[in-house]
Amino acid sequence: MSAPTSHRSAEEIGRTERGPRPLPELGEHRAAADLASADTTLPSGLRVIAVRRASVPVVELRLRVPFADPADSAVGSTHCAVAEVLANTLLTGTARRGRLDVDTELALVGGELDAVVDPERLAISGNALVSGLDTVLDVLADVLTGATHPEEEVARERARLVERIRLARSQPNVIAREALQEHLYGDHPFAKEMPEVAEVEAVTPEQVRELHARAVLPRGSALVLVGDLDPEAAVAAVAQALSGWTGEGEAVRLRPLPEVVGGDVKFVHRPGAVQSQIRLAGRGLTRTDERYPAFQLANLVFGGFFSSRLVENIREDKGYTYSARSHPEFTPGGATLLVDADTASEVTAAALMETRYELAKLGMVPPTDEEVDTARRYAVGSLLTATSSQGGLASFLVNLAGMDLDLEWFAGHPVRLAAVTTEQVAQAALDFFSPGSFTGVVVGDAELLAPKLRALGGVVLP
Amino acid sequence: MALPELHRFTLPNGLRVVLAPDPSAPVIGVSVHYDVGFRSEPEGRTGFAHLFEHLMFQGSESLEKLAHFRHVQSSGGTFNGSTHPDYTDYYQVLPSAALERALFLEADRMRAPKLTEENLRNQIDVVKEEIRLNVLNRPYGGFPWILLPALLFQTFPNAHNGYGDFTDLENATVDDCAAFFDTYYAPGNAVLTVAGDLAVDEAKSLVEKHFGDVPARPVPERPSFAEPAPKGELRSEHVDAHAPMPALALGYRIPDPVHDLDAYLVYPVLAGVLTDGDGSRLQQRLVHKDALVVDVGAGCGLFGPLEARDPDVFTITAIHPAEHGVDKVLTAVDEELARLAEEGPSEEELAKVTARWVSGMHREHDRLTSRTLGLGASELLFGRAELLYELPGKLAAVTADQVAAAAKALRADSRAVLTVKPAAGGSE
Repeated sequence: MSAPTSHRSAEEIGRTERGPRPLPELGEHRAAADLASADTTLPSGLRVIAVRRASVPVVELRLRVPFADPADSAVGSTHCAVAEVLANTLLTGTARRGRLDVDTELALVGGELDAVVDPERLAISGNALVSGLDTVLDVLADVLTGATHPEEEVARERARLVERIRLARSQPNVIAREALQEHLYGDHPFAKEMPEVAEVEAVTPEQVRELHARAVLPRGSALVLVGDLDPEAAVAAVAQALSGWTGEGEAVRLRPLPEVVGGDVKFVHRPGAVQSQIRLAGRGLTRTDERYPAFQLANLVFGGFFSSRLVENIREDKGYTYSARSHPEFTPGGATLLVDADTASEVTAAALMETRYELAKLGMVPPTDEEVDTARRYAVGSLLTATSSQGGLASFLVNLAGMDLDLEWFAGHPVRLAAVTTEQVAQAALDFFSPGSFTGVVVGDAELLAPKLRALGGVVLP
Repeated sequence: MALPELHRFTLPNGLRVVLAPDPSAPVIGVSVHYDVGFRSEPEGRTGFAHLFEHLMFQGSESLEKLAHFRHVQSSGGTFNGSTHPDYTDYYQVLPSAALERALFLEADRMRAPKLTEENLRNQIDVVKEEIRLNVLNRPYGGFPWILLPALLFQTFPNAHNGYGDFTDLENATVDDCAAFFDTYYAPGNAVLTVAGDLAVDEAKSLVEKHFGDVPARPVPERPSFAEPAPKGELRSEHVDAHAPMPALALGYRIPDPVHDLDAYLVYPVLAGVLTDGDGSRLQQRLVHKDALVVDVGAGCGLFGPLEARDPDVFTITAIHPAEHGVDKVLTAVDEELARLAEEGPSEEELAKVTARWVSGMHREHDRLTSRTLGLGASELLFGRAELLYELPGKLAAVTADQVAAAAKALRADSRAVLTVKPAAGGSE
């Protein structure tokens, strides 16, 4: 490359006359302001959490309705397909409003609402200028109690859903996720995150309306509001707007998952792939387990953030991957520890070997005081930064509500992290990170990958 | 709501500084925007600006390799960087107790980054993995930001692949890095932004303490990247080995945001009228009424509005089942544009777009990362960090006649039409 003028050499650039300088100490930590909040269960059984964070004149809304398949099996059940069509037609019409009215009324208050469903819950999220909170609650109440799932909207959304499923199933990460879920959980409904095309095509408006009447229930559900609001007044506004949302029974929670048991990794062939997806899974811990803070720190040291052993090894030392990470996924009554990396075909077997090596090493060469302290400060600080916006806080709180946890858990977590000892982290490393307790999948081109994976072992090839 | 206060000053070495205090949470955002992006890469070195961004994290005089990550994260912070057509940004968001540390980290790599052969080779591998992940191994990878400029533009700076070709990346040398740094990473070619929980006087003296002795260097003359709009409709087809169905991207040239901001800002409003929400015109026509596409979107800029100087792009993109040919989709788009040009949007359509913009901007600025980066980019590209806070008002002032005229300016005889064809032909 020709530079327009003469330039210094890399060596000259990298040093100054004064030489290296010391890293400044951290200043005084300022505690986050106490958040004014209200946490109430309405007579309908809906739990409402409202938190004042007045940084911008906006309100964020998150509603979580447990929405598990009562048939309790991924095989032969149409629940997943009907639930998907329900979520996609929830905002397309009521007795009082057509699809356009819903969009127009929300838009005029700077708002939006969106519904998505997964094997655990139906989630409705939205936001608006805070001056439009009443409008958003009115639309929300209307769709919860009066969605008609109109015939033509069901037909159109069904067709779109089929197209979207095709698009999703062409994505490598989706292919890997579906293969992993099936490998881990078999016919447990948690494994079925996306319906089959034929199942979607068979869904009728009657089935959707029937599921809505039976399963969209306030009891067991939680609504979180965060924004420039008075918490008590916001709860009162919810109580009034949603007073018509009642129902017999309780929203259906997913039954606990079978525990992840270690074993061979399953290979999934994707012809023509130039990169592979490595997805490992082992048993994790729930947030309420007293060993959770130690487990959380052990995970960070392993692969839970950039300054982790896994990232430093397979990215920053060897250049095998752009991103590698490990993270817990919380499931009903439990948690799974997931390890993900996407790597070029030529280095996939080597990356899998290094990942297993780092898993074993975490137990054998346990985290040092310095590693634990780095992870601890990151855990505390990232909780602060991730929840310093209205949207971030609302999403975090609604997930906690799904585990029957509250603001108190959130506020108390830095204290729990502060109390963890290096020995406790070492114990968690031994208990949860041994390579033998992991299984998983590798997606890639078999022609390129098979010889080395066969030599490495522990991979079931086609 | 009162506009947040902004303080700005320039150090003797030319570094421009923006301070944006906000005490609502004990967190702080620090960013540095350098006035160089992938438009400034020379031929034969595609992807170099982005590769160099990776190297800025690999150590400096006071910081060993990996130390930057550890110091940010052990302070409880997050970090990243990104390369755009006209700038490269670096940021950290941390508890405010770590303000001085964050300034130190940014200053040290502005003063004396360690550019080594070992780190260069390692990061070439990492960048190649990033490209495999985001482009080569993924359906619709690089669509449309890599593929569309190659069709719409004729000159190398505007048309080339900003992620880079593997051969060019592999040919990069440490001396290329030294030349790039000395040319473009001068303090006078950068903007430092600090937003969040800060005291102005204290922050100012910390900035002076850490950045004050970064030596001044000449700032390169910024060339014009201007080129004429296409004279005719340009078409090309891209075969995608992984895509399950066809897609198309339309690219149009739009006014210069630096020299004609008011004219430029009509286009984000137009994008809202066309594709924002179920009631928008193209959603209504293409998704709901004719059911021609799975999804449709429109917007300004390949990375968002006000993210680049002239020449910038207006895009309309759609993914559609193979049974609806591209011309059917194009005809419907052109009919809707013609109808909008003829009758203009209603007052209600404009009110909807404006309210969602206002709300959306508040929400974006509530995330400290977005606010810090937005202020820095506005200061660098437009010399006006406060533009960020003025945008809702400016967008609300856009009239129906202006939107109609902008719709009329999206002419079929001066645009790029990029189609994506699945290798398997688009059937199952």
